[in-house]
Amino acid sequence: MERWAQLDWIDLVETSLAGLGTGSLMALTGVAFVVIYKATRVINLAIGEMMMIGAFVFYGFAAGFQLPFWLALPLTLLVSAVVGGVIERTMIRPLLKDNPVSVFMVTIGLTSILIGMVELIWTAEPRRLPEFLPQAPIFIGEALVPAKTGYSFLIAAAGIAVMLLVFAFWRGGVALRATATDRAAASSVGINVPGVFAFSWMVAAMVAALAGVLVGSVGGISSSMGLFGLSVFVVVIVGGLDSIVGALIAGLFIGWLEAMVGRLFGGEFKLLATFSILLLVLVVRPYGLFGTHEIERL
Amino acid sequence: MSDDAPILEINNIEVVYAKAIQALRGLSLSVPRGKIVALLGSNGAGKSTTLKALSALLPMENGAVTDGRLLFDGQPILQGDPHKLVRRGLFHVMEGRRIFADLTVEENLTAATFALTGRAEKPDFDIVYRYFPRLAERRKGIAGYLSGGEQQMLAIGRALVAKPRVILLDEPSLGLAPKLVEEIFGIIARINAEEGVSMLLVEQNAAVALSIAHHGYIMETGKIVIDGPTERLLKDRDVQEFYLGLAHKSYRDIKHYKRRKRWLS
Ligand SMILES: Nc1ncnc2c1ncn2[C@@H]1O[C@H](COP(=O)(O)OP(=O)(O)O)[C@@H](O)[C@H]1O
Ligand SMILES: [Mg+2]
Repeated sequence: MERWAQLDWIDLVETSLAGLGTGSLMALTGVAFVVIYKATRVINLAIGEMMMIGAFVFYGFAAGFQLPFWLALPLTLLVSAVVGGVIERTMIRPLLKDNPVSVFMVTIGLTSILIGMVELIWTAEPRRLPEFLPQAPIFIGEALVPAKTGYSFLIAAAGIAVMLLVFAFWRGGVALRATATDRAAASSVGINVPGVFAFSWMVAAMVAALAGVLVGSVGGISSSMGLFGLSVFVVVIVGGLDSIVGALIAGLFIGWLEAMVGRLFGGEFKLLATFSILLLVLVVRPYGLFGTHEIERL
Repeated sequence: MSDDAPILEINNIEVVYAKAIQALRGLSLSVPRGKIVALLGSNGAGKSTTLKALSALLPMENGAVTDGRLLFDGQPILQGDPHKLVRRGLFHVMEGRRIFADLTVEENLTAATFALTGRAEKPDFDIVYRYFPRLAERRKGIAGYLSGGEQQMLAIGRALVAKPRVILLDEPSLGLAPKLVEEIFGIIARINAEEGVSMLLVEQNAAVALSIAHHGYIMETGKIVIDGPTERLLKDRDVQEFYLGLAHKSYRDIKHYKRRKRWLS
């Protein structure tokens, strides 16, 4: 086949690196999903849209107000945290006592609300984020990695590393894991469980916003960029809904797999490969590669 | 607040689950400062419900106090926000231990440091390891892999970290071998004596509970049927027969029904 004729190892390495770049962004968004699921057992279908709104808030600061990157990003994270807290307080918490399905439905509604808000302020037109990453491509040996892919990978990796450390060593991480294991017991030792819920939504909104900024810097932003969330759902189902490490590994793997399949067989086979993996995992390990066993499935 | 007022007081409370199942019907009891009070009764009597009402955990199980009053240190206990009550010094060691199984022993203790939020005391894990040296050896181990006895020790250890004024203990003997029960109850008695913590101790195992309690209450179907200082309860024929398992054969057949009825009236 012609596609395979010009294949050499540099090509494969470059394809792999590009795939890992996309994968790292799926992983980062996956971490945002996992933080909410772990703390509150809410399946947040709006994670892609939370990513999108973060990207647009950044656009507002960086392009609208012309703020420099180092100011625009922290402000974006701050605004996102507030948005996450407001969503939890107004839409999720009132329903937590009801059955999980109603909360799930609310997050579907949330996708439309977030898309609507963005289109109201910025219209549905796609936009480009101001360039803020270094422009010179990175070479790993002879393989070339586009600058945006390389730097967004590094930032995403740093973001995930921070989350892993926070969960492992910080006292607030212990509170979140304790709440995840047993809510009543967590209350009984003095943990403010509703506070943990709100906190998890705020952290997740920040992580999703960071992912949105990175995704947007690579591919531009639009009100439909939340569709990226679909790949993220596959990532978290494969990795385990409540596992940060799972999101990391599954994100990188699925990003890599999609890139390789696209290069070797053509873009139309990407989804086939992804969903084959999804099915395989659902059959062999229904709780995901790294998930907790007793988790109920959708 | 005068020093001889009880640390815990329950006046005539009614508790209903799911707006339909009445679990407590006019229950009253009180826990004097610095004492161990045992709350005894068979399975389903409403002992755990009583503790959950005290620690404001009822709403989590769709339960509500529909009548009566609960006081902790003279202040009314309101359902909701259980963590605030813990931070005020009322700690509930729940039935079934409820340790965080996938956290380490030390992380379980760290979780309990949230009870000190807004207080001046500093977290102290050494006190836990002094009372339970076995936990010290396993401090980095995953709590889910501890033996049942060690898990109970950890559950009580979390209470020690929280430096409470009163501890509610729900069936600490459950599922443990008699030797271990004896050891753990010895330590509970020491904690009460040395730290001055008041305790409300729920048990089905009346003999072991009365061995360390100062005062006992016995409940059936949602209310107290008999109470008194431990020495008196231990001498009571009814208590001996129905709760301590000491048979008085001659009595049993003839007067059983009558005596139960006397309690319930
Ligand atoms: N979450 C709940 N929902 C409905 N009923 C409950 C619940 N918890 C306890 N009950 C009922 O309340 C009564 C008292 O239960 P409980 O307080 O657990 O008793 P004990 O601790 O003495 O064994 C029982 O009849 C039990 O079935
Ligand atoms: Mg019970």
